[in-house]
Amino acid sequence: MSTTAKTVEALVNREYEYGFVTDIEADQVPPGLDEDVVRLISAKKREPEFMLEWRLRAFRHWLKMGLAAGEPKWANVTYAPIDYQSIVYYSAPKQTAAPGRLDEVDPKLLETFEKLGIPLSEQKRLTGVAVDAVFDSVSVATTFKEKLAELGIVFCSFSEAVQNHPDLVEKYLGSVVPYTDNFFATLNSAVFSDGSFCYVPKGVRCPMELSTYFRINTAGSGQFERTLIVADEGSYVSYLEGCTAPRRDENQLHAAVVELVALEGAQIRYSTVQNWYAGDREGRGGIYNFVTKRGKCAGRGAKISWTQVETGSAITWKYPSVILQGDDSVGEFYSVALVNNHQQADTGTKMIHIGKNTRSTIISKGISAGHGNQTYRGLVKVRPRASSARNRTQCDSLLLGDRCGAHTVPYIEVANATASVEHEASTAKISEEQLFYCKQRGLSSENAVSMIVNGFCKEVFKNLPMEFAVEASKLLGVSLEGGVG
Amino acid sequence: MSMVATPKDTYLAGFAALERAGTAAPAWLHRIRRSAIDRFAEIGFPTVRLEDWKYTNVAAIAAIAFPPVLAEAPAGPGAEALEPFAFATPGPRLVFVNGRYSAKLSSPASPPSGVRVTSLAEALVTDAAAVERHLARHGDWARNGFTALSAAFAQDGAFVHLAPGTRVEEPIHLLFVAAVPAAPVLSQPRNLVVAERESRATIVEHYVAVGDDTYLTNAVTEVVAGEGAIVEHYRVQQESRRGFHVGTTEVRQARDSRFTSGSVSLGGRLARHDLNVRFDAEGASCELDGLYVVGDRQHVDNHTLIDHARPRCTSRQLYKGVLDGASRAVFNGRVIVRPDAQRTDAHQTNKNLLLSESAEVDTKPQLEIFADDVKCTHGAAVGRLGEDAVFYLRSRGLGETAARTLLTYGFVSDVLARIAVEPLRARLDALLMARLRDARAKETR
Repeated sequence: MSTTAKTVEALVNREYEYGFVTDIEADQVPPGLDEDVVRLISAKKREPEFMLEWRLRAFRHWLKMGLAAGEPKWANVTYAPIDYQSIVYYSAPKQTAAPGRLDEVDPKLLETFEKLGIPLSEQKRLTGVAVDAVFDSVSVATTFKEKLAELGIVFCSFSEAVQNHPDLVEKYLGSVVPYTDNFFATLNSAVFSDGSFCYVPKGVRCPMELSTYFRINTAGSGQFERTLIVADEGSYVSYLEGCTAPRRDENQLHAAVVELVALEGAQIRYSTVQNWYAGDREGRGGIYNFVTKRGKCAGRGAKISWTQVETGSAITWKYPSVILQGDDSVGEFYSVALVNNHQQADTGTKMIHIGKNTRSTIISKGISAGHGNQTYRGLVKVRPRASSARNRTQCDSLLLGDRCGAHTVPYIEVANATASVEHEASTAKISEEQLFYCKQRGLSSENAVSMIVNGFCKEVFKNLPMEFAVEASKLLGVSLEGGVG
Repeated sequence: MSMVATPKDTYLAGFAALERAGTAAPAWLHRIRRSAIDRFAEIGFPTVRLEDWKYTNVAAIAAIAFPPVLAEAPAGPGAEALEPFAFATPGPRLVFVNGRYSAKLSSPASPPSGVRVTSLAEALVTDAAAVERHLARHGDWARNGFTALSAAFAQDGAFVHLAPGTRVEEPIHLLFVAAVPAAPVLSQPRNLVVAERESRATIVEHYVAVGDDTYLTNAVTEVVAGEGAIVEHYRVQQESRRGFHVGTTEVRQARDSRFTSGSVSLGGRLARHDLNVRFDAEGASCELDGLYVVGDRQHVDNHTLIDHARPRCTSRQLYKGVLDGASRAVFNGRVIVRPDAQRTDAHQTNKNLLLSESAEVDTKPQLEIFADDVKCTHGAAVGRLGEDAVFYLRSRGLGETAARTLLTYGFVSDVLARIAVEPLRARLDALLMARLRDARAKETR
């Protein structure tokens, strides 16, 4: 074993630093799921009739799906069956009905987010990022709301949006991910408790980064949040999402849905740094991150770009996709996925070219270490009318250690002769020569590996907003670094 | 309740007839056949719900009853009908009509000593031990309805056995002719190639049709390459435009063996070929080339699976396709690198050229890697002819048709150039050139 292997060992053994639990009284429904729970969630949120009906339709469909095929089995992941009746579907920190102002929020919660590095008090914010903080099932605070409102931008928790902007919610909810979409999205549609909502009006360029921070706290609970972002004609918004959870020995389910709608000429950038608790070294515990994310370029010249850094979760099952419906629309997917210990990730994207002259780019970088297994699973589909569509896909895998796996499963379906689709993939490890070269120049093996891994991911990181890029790069160091022997 | 005879019943009845005929099959083969027909009765033909058949719908095959051919065709085609498919080489040639060996049309020549080139039906008697050791032992015949059906009716096909150290210089030409007198038939050649240690041979499997009929060819070939053996394998599919073709080639490679494959698919209304290679020992290598040129409503599907089960093996794949009309092509290339298969070197490329608006390509290059010291790449591309390139040729005085034909030909020429059997290459070369020209001419009319 070389020194580099030891370095990995040291790095791999680092503790998950967000593993603490906040001791806070929670208002939760008993575990289990039936129509009454769905009605209860809807009632707790004082939702209008259409929401309840939608949830019930989803719930009934989910029951049918459960009887038919159940959970999707095609992904390259293995886990013990999930007992959906043992999950707590609603858990909220007990406090006032809706904290209108920040000073009404439970100081314990503020402290929690403070500890996670997400200060919610606006005075302290220097970076100009508006944050919606979601704790278990509900949004606890949203910052900079007023400032954004001046521009007509709606940025609030989903529950507030349902109260204050029911017309927008009714129009766009489920327009990209219908409640029948897939097992987990359907479950989410029935029981989702909160999430973020954002509407950017015509021609407005959102002046700051919007951000949601998700935190799972309560044991035995699942988090089912739903995010809906609508960018009206000619607008622009950049959105960040971060997530952490305490360390626990049992697995917790996180089944979120994110829907993006970009109308004519609008642009949405959506960045995720996913750092859910990944389980311990033997693969005990950790979050099951089964997420449906999809954007629709509904109008001409719209653009949606997904950037994700996936370092956490015991299992990741996630395919942020873009439906390129408008002519000249653009879809992008930049991803770094890292698996270590016994983590499993089956992730990728779908680019559905429907409009003319649509373009898409996919850059996926996978890093596997320990006993980790990851799969890039992607679909590039060019429909018959999508003339002159273009796609370029690049997926590279880096293997650190000889017990991990890296898999690539791209589906390419082209039904238009004027389309041009390219896919390239490679798999390799860090060579001794590369390491030797760096060490010869005075770098420690730890730094050398870190540098090489970061270089490997550079194409993706450069698409992240500045402060996220720094965080992502640090995360990568913590979660792994090293490998190679 | 009245019983309606389904196409499936035809196969079950065919099997019962085969049993009754009691053609002295050895007990071990009989056991395999029995369990294979049970398996087929259970699963039937694959559906698009199965991942491996996602893009290829065989409902059209399942809907027709193709009675299995149990005995030699009474009156096969004349020798002159096969003239266009013959090579001007003195190598051995075996001819099969509807999957049954035709001694009349074959010219087995006299192979060097230690080399057996004969029909499987005969080998079951004369080379019983070798056949028993290998037939239906490689690859999983229970995998799908087609492989199960083939195992259930395993009785005839080509048998090539190379003793250690032997060489056959001339290509061994295996010609499978579909000659359908009236009703559709099912022909199921079952081929076995065993190349022992340090032996070497070139084999051409050639599927052709006289006439333009509906039938189903369901062919399975097993190739066993011993230590240091070199097997060059070509598979040329020129079935009729109304014929269905499903084929599986299972290759097992021992230490330091080399296998090269050239799979050319031109005919058939629906054609599917599964090529599965497994490296059973270190140092083996394979090179798989593929070419498919389809038009009209043809559907062609190539599945390759390379199992790097052992360290230090090399695989390289190049599959290219040209699609015209409303044709559809599927490519699925799967490479598995097992744990501990270190020093694996695997490369795969699939390129597709679309000549018409309504053609469709579905390609899925797949890597599954469980070892770290590996070099694996794959690439896939779908596109059309570059307008700049067409313009360049036109500015040099070539007509539109000629320019496009030449560029298309250029696209496939590197795969063609890799075909080492000269007469085969020349024939394919001429055939493709004519076909591309005709297609373009039709378009400009």
